[in-house]
Amino acid sequence: MSSTSLLEVQIPEDRFEIRLSGSGGQGLVLAAMLLAEAIGADPTKSVIQTKSYGPEARGGASKSDVVVSTGEIYYQKALKLDLLLAMTQESLNKYYPDLKQGGTLVIDDTLVSKVPTEDYYGLSFTRIAKDELKNVMVANVISLGAIAAITDVVPLDALLTAVLARAPRGTEEVNRIAVETGYQEGLALKQKKGQPATV
Amino acid sequence: MSIAAKEAGARQDSDVVLRYLRPHVKFPNMWCPGCGNGVVATSLIRAIDKLGIPRDNVVLVSGIGCSSRMPVYLDFQALHTTHGRALAFATGVKFSRPDLKVIVITGDGDCLSIGGNHLIHACRRNIDITTILINNYIYGMTGGQTSPTTPAGAHATTTPFGNTEKQFEACDLARGAGASFIARTTVYHTTQMDRLIMEAIQHRGFSLVEVISNCHTYYGRLNRVGQATQLLRMFQEKASTQPKDPNMVDEDSKDMIQTGIIHRDTEKTELCDEYQKLTDSLAKGKSS
Amino acid sequence: MPPGKRQLVMGNMACMRGAIYAGMRFYAGYPITPSTEIAEGCARELPKLGGRFIQMEDEIASISAVIGAAVAGSKAMTATSGPGYSLMQENIGYAYMIEAPCVVVNVQRGGPSTGLPTKVSQSDTMQVRWGTHGDYTAIAVAPSTVEDTFTETIRAFNLAERFRTPVTILLDEVIGHMQEMVSFPEPGECEVVDRTRPTCVPSAYMAYGPTKNCVNPMPVYGQGYRWYATGLTHDGYGFPTDKPDEVVGKLDKLRNKIEHYESEICKVRAEYMDDAEIVLVSYGSVSRTALQVAKLARGAGVKVGFIQLQTVWPFPLKQLRELLGNAKHVIVAELNMGQIVGEVERIVQSGTRVHSLLRYDGDIFTPMQFLAKIEEVRK
Repeated sequence: MSSTSLLEVQIPEDRFEIRLSGSGGQGLVLAAMLLAEAIGADPTKSVIQTKSYGPEARGGASKSDVVVSTGEIYYQKALKLDLLLAMTQESLNKYYPDLKQGGTLVIDDTLVSKVPTEDYYGLSFTRIAKDELKNVMVANVISLGAIAAITDVVPLDALLTAVLARAPRGTEEVNRIAVETGYQEGLALKQKKGQPATV
Repeated sequence: MSIAAKEAGARQDSDVVLRYLRPHVKFPNMWCPGCGNGVVATSLIRAIDKLGIPRDNVVLVSGIGCSSRMPVYLDFQALHTTHGRALAFATGVKFSRPDLKVIVITGDGDCLSIGGNHLIHACRRNIDITTILINNYIYGMTGGQTSPTTPAGAHATTTPFGNTEKQFEACDLARGAGASFIARTTVYHTTQMDRLIMEAIQHRGFSLVEVISNCHTYYGRLNRVGQATQLLRMFQEKASTQPKDPNMVDEDSKDMIQTGIIHRDTEKTELCDEYQKLTDSLAKGKSS
Repeated sequence: MPPGKRQLVMGNMACMRGAIYAGMRFYAGYPITPSTEIAEGCARELPKLGGRFIQMEDEIASISAVIGAAVAGSKAMTATSGPGYSLMQENIGYAYMIEAPCVVVNVQRGGPSTGLPTKVSQSDTMQVRWGTHGDYTAIAVAPSTVEDTFTETIRAFNLAERFRTPVTILLDEVIGHMQEMVSFPEPGECEVVDRTRPTCVPSAYMAYGPTKNCVNPMPVYGQGYRWYATGLTHDGYGFPTDKPDEVVGKLDKLRNKIEHYESEICKVRAEYMDDAEIVLVSYGSVSRTALQVAKLARGAGVKVGFIQLQTVWPFPLKQLRELLGNAKHVIVAELNMGQIVGEVERIVQSGTRVHSLLRYDGDIFTPMQFLAKIEEVRK
């Protein structure tokens, strides 16, 4: 038998791992589902979304992982994050160590004040939702728009289609605006900062 | 009525009963001589026969206990289930097949103790099931233990010094839980029993017929009440179609057995009907 | 959700869809994490199909109603998790005894007792086999992907109908809540089996009489057969008996109708097995990572093989004996404290060493954990 140690085997990095995190009630599991659906609309991509949650329907820690690959996905959860969205300080503290070197960090600077790195994208998802869109419920959708701009993991039109397909009747317009607002904000911030993260 | 006419009537009656007994099952049955369960079985047969319900449309569901052995003798579709769960099984049969006449045969331990939760929820749903609850105040099959209907002070093998607990009134419980037909009779009052079972079966919704029955082998013996005949006489004396005195001023009123229809609500909607309306409206919504 | 269209689907929803595809039209259940989405899906979909959904007062009532509907003529299902599965045990035994075809889904979470309601586990593997009292033989399938969950649910119904027995679908929190892109087959694409119906006149019908394959035709209620079902040990007509030869006949029938058809029931996936020296044995959500690890190890020149038990019960004795004949080491990976490993130990040759890779902290194995275990075994 070969003498190669399996401990040195590289786990193939043919995957892009996303974690959306925050507290229960912020709609992150739903956001991850919308994101997975939008990414999965591309037939060349495999995608798995999983979640981790506590007993609370509101509050508590909540996270949902989306793993994307152009090949088959085996291990279902995220190992080293390519993208972390943190919507609360608690979730940032908890999951920042899982972000890989050079990975993309996106935070909601309405609710996160201490960031352990200089290299991050901070946008006020909750404030924009509340003040500009008059609907705090769409902060999660705004963050998806921003992710579409900051990374190229999901095309804007696929994201819009996925969001609108699941939007409750009567909320299509505010959801469409939320995606576009997030996208514009993300784009502006990215131009300020430089290059996108790639799959 | 002449003796000859009475005898002819009894023969006719037993011919009806015989037609509904299972050909493959060996008699005599497992019940003690004089047990009230046989009285209820024949009453149920007469009721179904008089109503002209096709035999194949009837499903008897029972749990565990002496009374729950009844379906083995009667030639209907039968589901003899686990202890206390007859109503839950019956709910599955009826809800999936509203075209069937589902009748549950149960006892005071089966229905009110281990199966109490299923009873109140079947009442609440007002599902069209007829439940015949044979209440003999004691666990017979396991040999005379106390049940939720054993009277205060009464003796059972597990209340050797007299029962220190309070009792369930099955009919009050069913009423509170939402049953839409509730009646009580005793094994002495067979004519009334025939009529009440017929009315219960005809009622659309959850119907409960509580039949007070004799377990002379255990209840009668342990409480020194006597044999089957003494217990039947007691039922005869205590039965009244008048409601109980709510203030219990009269000492005798406490032990009184109120018989007849105790509650009937023909307006209350029934579960299978309501669900059918829902499926119909969804189908309509799809087609339009 | 139309068939053919590629869509994001949760494991629990794929289970519900597979059941409906297989003809399930009766669901009774009680809410419990992490299985509840199956009940919610059935509550939404079944009335549209003329089916019946009912939320019962507890899990005991749920399995009772399911068996009631099953014997009355429906394909029926319930879904639960550990605590509810424990409550159902007595009546699952009743279903074995009266030979009622039905499907029970157990979306496993950590235990014992209330345990870890939102975390993954495979610690009910043995309960499926031995959970109810008495002697009987169980069938359980364990899917590993969302797509699998759909097809294995159909297979579970087919086995239940074919063998007139309850079948358990072992899911777990990860597979139940995971979402993947899948497209469901068109009606007619997958085989759907229905129980056989008696063709004899009702007076000649024996509910449990002698048959060639140990499985008796089962009439629909209301068609004149008036058979007697009881949890008491019964004779060929279904009537209670304690005659020794009839008792033995009944119990043998319950065993033989499944064990004699092991090759028809047992499904095993084997990869990289030709010259495998170290074999990874797994089932359920764990198998995906195990397969990747086998592939990675092969890439590094280490002869690792992969076996996935798609049928967990009956344990695929014949297939595993054959597959593991030349293995030096077998690593059995499970999210529990070592359950199916005992079955593997019973069947391997004296030259094969069996090792356990266990995890019971509420999470699944990472590829690194597998690789480290293989390294440990190689030394």
